[in-house]
Amino acid sequence: MRTLWMLLVLIASSALILPAQVAIRGEKVYTSAGPTIADGVIIIRDGKVQQVGPASQVKVPPGYRLLQAKAVTPGLIDAHTVVGLSGYLNQPHDQDQVERTAALQPDLRAIDAYNPQERLVEWVRSHGVTTMHTGHGPGVLVSGQTMIVKSRGRTVDEAVMVPQAMIAVTIGESAREATKGPGTRAKMVALLRTELIKAQEYDRKRETAAEDKKPARDLRLEALARVLKREVPLLVTVHRSQDIMSALRVAKEFNIRLVLDGAAEAFLVLDQIKEAGVPVIVHPTMARSGGETENLSMETAAKLKKAGIPFAFQSGFESYVPKTRVVLYEAGVAAANGLTFDEALAAATLDAARLLGISDRVGSLEPGKDGDVVLYDGDPFEYTSHVVGVVIQGEVVSQEPR
Amino acid sequence: MRCTIGCLAFVVLWRSLSLAQDTPQAYVGARIIPMSGAEIPDGVLVVHQGKIAAIGPARSTSVPAGAQQHDAKGKVIMPGLVDTHSHIGGVEGADSTAPIQPDVRVLDSINVRSPGIQKAQAGGITTANVMPGSGHLLSGQTLYLKLRDGGTIDDLLIRNGQGKIAGGLKMANGTNSRRAPPFPGTRAKSAALVREQYVKAQEYREKIRRANGDREKMPERDLRMEALVEVLEGKRTVHHHTHRHDDVLTAIRLAKEFGFRMVLQHVSEAWKIAPEIAASGFPVSLIVLDSPGGKLEAMDVSNRNGAVLEKAGVLVGFHTDDSVTDSRHFLRSAAFAVRDGMSREKALEALTISGAKMLELQDRIGSLEAGKEADFILLSGDPLSVYTKVLETYVEGKKVFDRSDPKDLLFATGGYGASRGDELHLDGFDEEED
Repeated sequence: MRTLWMLLVLIASSALILPAQVAIRGEKVYTSAGPTIADGVIIIRDGKVQQVGPASQVKVPPGYRLLQAKAVTPGLIDAHTVVGLSGYLNQPHDQDQVERTAALQPDLRAIDAYNPQERLVEWVRSHGVTTMHTGHGPGVLVSGQTMIVKSRGRTVDEAVMVPQAMIAVTIGESAREATKGPGTRAKMVALLRTELIKAQEYDRKRETAAEDKKPARDLRLEALARVLKREVPLLVTVHRSQDIMSALRVAKEFNIRLVLDGAAEAFLVLDQIKEAGVPVIVHPTMARSGGETENLSMETAAKLKKAGIPFAFQSGFESYVPKTRVVLYEAGVAAANGLTFDEALAAATLDAARLLGISDRVGSLEPGKDGDVVLYDGDPFEYTSHVVGVVIQGEVVSQEPR
Repeated sequence: MRCTIGCLAFVVLWRSLSLAQDTPQAYVGARIIPMSGAEIPDGVLVVHQGKIAAIGPARSTSVPAGAQQHDAKGKVIMPGLVDTHSHIGGVEGADSTAPIQPDVRVLDSINVRSPGIQKAQAGGITTANVMPGSGHLLSGQTLYLKLRDGGTIDDLLIRNGQGKIAGGLKMANGTNSRRAPPFPGTRAKSAALVREQYVKAQEYREKIRRANGDREKMPERDLRMEALVEVLEGKRTVHHHTHRHDDVLTAIRLAKEFGFRMVLQHVSEAWKIAPEIAASGFPVSLIVLDSPGGKLEAMDVSNRNGAVLEKAGVLVGFHTDDSVTDSRHFLRSAAFAVRDGMSREKALEALTISGAKMLELQDRIGSLEAGKEADFILLSGDPLSVYTKVLETYVEGKKVFDRSDPKDLLFATGGYGASRGDELHLDGFDEEED
């Protein structure tokens, strides 16, 4: 018995070190990098895509594990979620996406909160999500940092791709704190600008002051200094058009990289967003309308596309039931509301990868990229189709039909 | 009185509207899914004076002379959808003063001009059981509404043969109704409080029986007891929010003790106790969700529930629980149940005739049969496809949603002004009760 256990452990650990060599054959292979390939084959070697092409040209080498399906896409990318921090039980002990004791907390790191073994990580992974931009959520003026992970791994270190991706900011109703403040939108922007100015000063002194005159390290200002140096973008959750304009105004004032998040009323200020060259992680297509999202539309993604504004899909944040949305479903409903199939798929794959700055590794099926692939038994967006396989870096992580 | 141009226009419009009701309307060439028999690939639906006059294959169904014909080739027609559990219309029920409030009626709270109702029409819903929340053991009397275009609640009511307003009673167990006193703190206490009230109602009914019409001997009128007596007599159906397997069995136990008619609502863990549910004979109205959790009692929710219950022989319906799920995506509930193993036939029934049975309206709505009310929807394609759009929604022959009309389209897609004045029940993390 003991020997058997040791053998199993040996097999399991070697599987982690050496990804199996995998080939995937699909009746339709959507690569997000070019035209759809009929009867296509993808060869994944040592976790990376080695070859993609029609079966007539790409031969499966001997010894490769072969998976087959009706349709194949790149691994899906959820461009903004709180999965891994906001647990599925929705009890105080598993909700780590916002800390409400202070309005300005850019020092909170997502890597110190992410639970890679949370049930919703497995849930979205089994629905084709292989990469997630997750971390601190909306609801506090500056709620903390975000990160980019693969939806696999037993520890955050195994999962993480980009440990500090963006700093999450919210301007609008959900960041309002009646008693502690900020209690108004104008106050939110004033606090944010004040903090950015502090960070400018801090950074200047840290870099130029004499050794004995340097200010003591300040984790909060350090984090914002990275934003000011354009090393990480500010991810600003806004819905009302005036809040979108506030975000654009602050970004211009401090010359920082901005990513708009949610943006329910983006369709009212398309010209301004386009002019500013700012990408949008659009609210889930099926998000509920009400309060500051009362004007959201299922057609916003299509309007962003038409305006030439880069955008990606997200599952967002859910405070109740269901505890998370699934980016595959949100993309599907957008494909039924003004986007083409290819456009909708791109916004959940390559366009999302570009927006997040990780398109050198993920987002399309091209040689040299990570072997992240999703298999389906029909049109990927159809309600009655299933995800029948998920592969991350050459490892088959899910085969239960979902 | 002089009639102005506007007044004349009104008269003309009124005449044409009433003519539209007087003139038979024939929808020709659609694939019809009647729910009362096999699909008709090339069908005709004839509507007259709010009722279905005829339905059948185009080749064998004659369109009455003088009927206005509508080309529906390439489209799909099916019955209007029946949502067995919704919170549209800014509905309110019981307040925080007590856990059991059977005297409270949602009738006295609904705003029929709420955009939520127009969105439900855009989703193809023609009948909805509009309920108060689940933060109480008993949160009030529900209403079965026809989603007619109307300016007051009276325009949407359904009346039975005796003129009584159709509706049920909302009850709940599990976690939502566990709160600080006077609310219960445990499951056993929850059941005890409910039993206590129904025992009182039994005694109240007995007093009335013994009075035998003698006004002197009658008990004082008690609105709370009156509603519960209706339940005891099977005149008012209990719609019971329940998720965890043991809570479901508790609801069944109490219903058997007092002889309720009951529809089990939500039933997240139905898959764990399908044989017991089947043996109880109670129908189940399911919610279909994108992920598990969100609260403890929904941690094991599964979209396999539809398939498992179908196999066990349980009558299954669906609901939106709007705004937990959006009325505009109600067809998706059936599609997702099919994705997880339910038969297409039963899933479509669950959206229509099965829901109608749960509301005891199966003789009037839920399927397309001659003589039934003309509640139907015109779809651009298969009802289970993500790409399909509800094009038109009809209640009693009258078009209440038309996707080609920009004003209606706004409610279908959302956009500026689409939700003005609507109430979203999910903003608060803690107050949520559905």
